[in-house]
Amino acid sequence: MYRYTDFDAGFVAERNRQFRAQVARRIDGSLTEDEFKPLRLMNGLYLQLHAYMLRVAIPYGTLDSRQMRQLAQIAERWDKGYGHFTTRQNIQFNWPVLGDVPDILDALAEVEMHAIQTSGNTIRNVTADHFAGAAADEVADPRPVAELIRQWSTDHPEFQFLPRKFKIAVTGSPADRAVTAAHDIGLRIVRAADGGIAYQVLVGGGLGRTPMIGKVLHDALPEADLLPYLEAIVSVWNLLGRRDNKYKARIKITVHEHGIDEIRRLVEARFAETRAAFSGIDQVMLAGIRAAFAPPAFRDAPVDAYHAARDADPVFRAWTDSNLAAHRAEGYAIVQVSLKAHGATPGDASALQMRVLADVAERYGHDELRISHEQNVVLPHVHLSDLPALHAILRAHGLGTANIGKVSDIIACPGMDYCALATARSIPVAQEIALRFDALKIEHQVGDLKIKISGCINACGHHHVGHIGILGLDRAGVENYQITLGGDQGPDAALGQRTGPGFSADEIVPAVERIVETYLAERAGAEEDFLATFRRIGMAPFKAALYDAPDKEARADAA
Amino acid sequence: MPRAFTPKVVTGNALLEGDVIYLTETGDWTRDLAEAEVLSDEADAQLRLLDAQSRPGEIVGAYLADVTPGPRGPEPAHFREAFRRKGPSNYAHGKQEHRPGAEL
Repeated sequence: MYRYTDFDAGFVAERNRQFRAQVARRIDGSLTEDEFKPLRLMNGLYLQLHAYMLRVAIPYGTLDSRQMRQLAQIAERWDKGYGHFTTRQNIQFNWPVLGDVPDILDALAEVEMHAIQTSGNTIRNVTADHFAGAAADEVADPRPVAELIRQWSTDHPEFQFLPRKFKIAVTGSPADRAVTAAHDIGLRIVRAADGGIAYQVLVGGGLGRTPMIGKVLHDALPEADLLPYLEAIVSVWNLLGRRDNKYKARIKITVHEHGIDEIRRLVEARFAETRAAFSGIDQVMLAGIRAAFAPPAFRDAPVDAYHAARDADPVFRAWTDSNLAAHRAEGYAIVQVSLKAHGATPGDASALQMRVLADVAERYGHDELRISHEQNVVLPHVHLSDLPALHAILRAHGLGTANIGKVSDIIACPGMDYCALATARSIPVAQEIALRFDALKIEHQVGDLKIKISGCINACGHHHVGHIGILGLDRAGVENYQITLGGDQGPDAALGQRTGPGFSADEIVPAVERIVETYLAERAGAEEDFLATFRRIGMAPFKAALYDAPDKEARADAA
Repeated sequence: MPRAFTPKVVTGNALLEGDVIYLTETGDWTRDLAEAEVLSDEADAQLRLLDAQSRPGEIVGAYLADVTPGPRGPEPAHFREAFRRKGPSNYAHGKQEHRPGAEL
């Protein structure tokens, strides 16, 4: 893992010192809220519905046990004993009081963490494939370059007054687990013609009010050109971006209004200037960072115990069937730990659970943890022979749910239970859907199905790219939920299509149930997953199930 | 005829704790909507809001929220205000913690 240099540590300490003084000046009345707000946002501190909320970056989703334990301690000492992992690989503390925040930031700095650029019109926390460095299908580990981008973008002098926020995601795998097509810039590491690596650069993706799939700006950018090319993109947008209208300020609108070819021409012209300014020191730094991400020393051990446990214990078998992914090293697996126990709040972990995760990472996982944008925790390197013991510990702490990728593995934003921007609640809908399908006992029969829920059009819950997407709105003072079908977050990302009128809070779970029943009735076989069935049969059968069938009265009320 | 004025309360978040507070008749802050001053006159409501906004060391983001007067004091007119009054629905945190019989 990357370790802070003296420069990094000094930078974070100085920023924390400044923010401590800013908080003191706000409390003693020297600063007004208008003066203070941009300062607190620069440091990840929001004021939400019921309390302040501190958003802490987990760069490229990577943590070690020491950091996870510190998050647990912060949750207990200054919050209400839990944290919420988000779709952008951050952790949010929902209940800090203003005067404690400087101490929390100092506690984070002790373990090389911070909340810088987790808010405001800046280049945000760079996200990456949560299987980085472990996946069998990976071309290269995306984290070294994500760290390089973090260093380049932090306090970048040219980008201190961007038109709007700016999000970058990196994947090193053709499977694209980082949703790169829904980011301002998406980077996909690809194999170059000469056998080395290059970067496919997507630009102008984003969800929110005006969802757009990113467009390819460059098919195979050489690695040495990456930072000057990124600088050229952000620079072009910095000049063209619509500061007159915040809803048109994101780069997706700039790309849409000017066209990808014109943007490419402008970026190339600017790149000719930025390229000359990069002396190659960035490549020297990248080589140093890459060394810090060297893979752990994998061990060679028998795996008989794993197979014996699978044969003997159906619960363990079910968990390994749904929660493991293929590892690059012989005898190893990637373990996804579900934070979606049926009825629990998606993405929440108690302080005790965080400590358990830290312990098992240290004991069985080469001291590495990842946070996925799907709001689960990943142990990227576990030897198969350790899985039975690991599973027993996880189960004992409510972390053994065997539902990764299934109906109840739902992404949900905090919604109106916490967020000041939300127009409806998300969490109770997720809880009720999970409980309903658990009661029906058809989750494993249904197979892979991604449900994603957002509590407003800003789409933090990624509903547009959910196989089933749910958007909570305020319709004449009542919570109302619109459904989209057929969204896809993968390499061939697609936006879902709206089914029609929305459903009331009481009607949304039965509506999802009818969609799933329709899929089960229509699918060509158990191998045809929901998305494949939807693409084959289209919207009509689902619409009929939602709006035509039996109890029309309930439907009329809902619409 | 002028349009009927929907009764209001002055509300916002406390500077230090960040929790939801309401303005009372005596100009103090309360955490309980039932104790908030109900403003049924538009000019009066605007003055009370200005008063709240002139106390930046106590409240952040003061605004007027619609309420419906009831036998036990003002009730929220919109579900967002109902959540602000109660706290989140997934845990008995926030204002629910301080009520007698709150589940924890």
